[in-house]
Amino acid sequence: MSFGFKLTVKLICMLAAMLLSTSAFAHQFSQGDIKIGHPWSRVTPSAAPVAGAYLTVTNSGSQPDRLTGGSTPIADRIEVHQMTMDDGIARMRPLPDGVEIAAGASVELAPGGIHLMLIKPNQQLIEGSSFKATLEFARAGTVEIEFVVQRNPTVETGSGNEHGGHTP
Amino acid sequence: MSGLRAFRLMVWAAIVVLGMFVIVSTQLSGRSPTVETSSGTAKVGGPFSLVSHTGERVDNQSLAGRPYLVFFGFTYCPDICPTTLFELTDLMTELGPVADGFEVLFITVDPERDTKEALASYMTSFDSRILALRGTAAETDAALKAFSAYAKRVPLEAGEYTMDHTAGVFLMKADGGFGGMMDMHEPRETRLEKLRRLAKGQVTSS
Repeated sequence: MSFGFKLTVKLICMLAAMLLSTSAFAHQFSQGDIKIGHPWSRVTPSAAPVAGAYLTVTNSGSQPDRLTGGSTPIADRIEVHQMTMDDGIARMRPLPDGVEIAAGASVELAPGGIHLMLIKPNQQLIEGSSFKATLEFARAGTVEIEFVVQRNPTVETGSGNEHGGHTP
Repeated sequence: MSGLRAFRLMVWAAIVVLGMFVIVSTQLSGRSPTVETSSGTAKVGGPFSLVSHTGERVDNQSLAGRPYLVFFGFTYCPDICPTTLFELTDLMTELGPVADGFEVLFITVDPERDTKEALASYMTSFDSRILALRGTAAETDAALKAFSAYAKRVPLEAGEYTMDHTAGVFLMKADGGFGGMMDMHEPRETRLEKLRRLAKGQVTSS
């Protein structure tokens, strides 16, 4: 066991840690004209049958596209849903045709509006963890992304900006 | 003076149109089965009886003399329900022992899927002082009626369903009277102050 070998192992570990932390901070994924900004999912209570997930989609192409849903190893499937609040009554409806992103437009999927819904997650979503997912678009096809699990939306958290580093 | 006359006519026409608009909109809003936070004092706070996730019966008698919060929801709700429960947990943690001065009740509007076991597991993620309550369909209806709250089962594809439901947090005074709503979008300090006043019995009817 030489000193050089130990140093190499240390360096590899440091690099791995850097890469991991970078992926947790980067939060931007793209595929062709589609760019996915800061995908995050809300922490879930124990044994929750559903989980909400949010992101921003930007379509820099010249044709409209449509986010129709997706898949993830940690849930049965991902659906596009819409929450509305009217006269104090919350209503939630699936959007089977998904959500359209016009050419050159950006759509934010956020709490209280259009969002992604993980159906039957097979694990509890713990703050700070992350999970992979594949989003399906009508034109762009599939986009591989990774959600980070947060307790609150980034903009509303008063405690530091641990996910603020992803802004370009 | 025809200009002045025309002006007067226009003003009168505007008054008539506005009046009709007010009448029509009042009737329309009166039809929707919603919680009238401004004039609902008399309508909120009737009898109800449910069973907690810890197995105890919770009703008007067991709550007599204690202020409490009531929130309707269900575990298949991905956003507003867990968020409200997490936020209530945060507020109660900040209030510490002050939060012992009131009860917090999460009433499921979906007793079919929210079994006692499902609720018991769900509630391990929140402040242990929050009680999840469920009842039979009739008991759930009675609880909704007691708070003039609304819930409706909406069928989805493949035999699935979702629930539309009143999403606000009701504040109930120690005497059982309605103490107003707590909006989770209000500033945090406003919500903390409402809870402190509720615990001290200083909440007046809204």
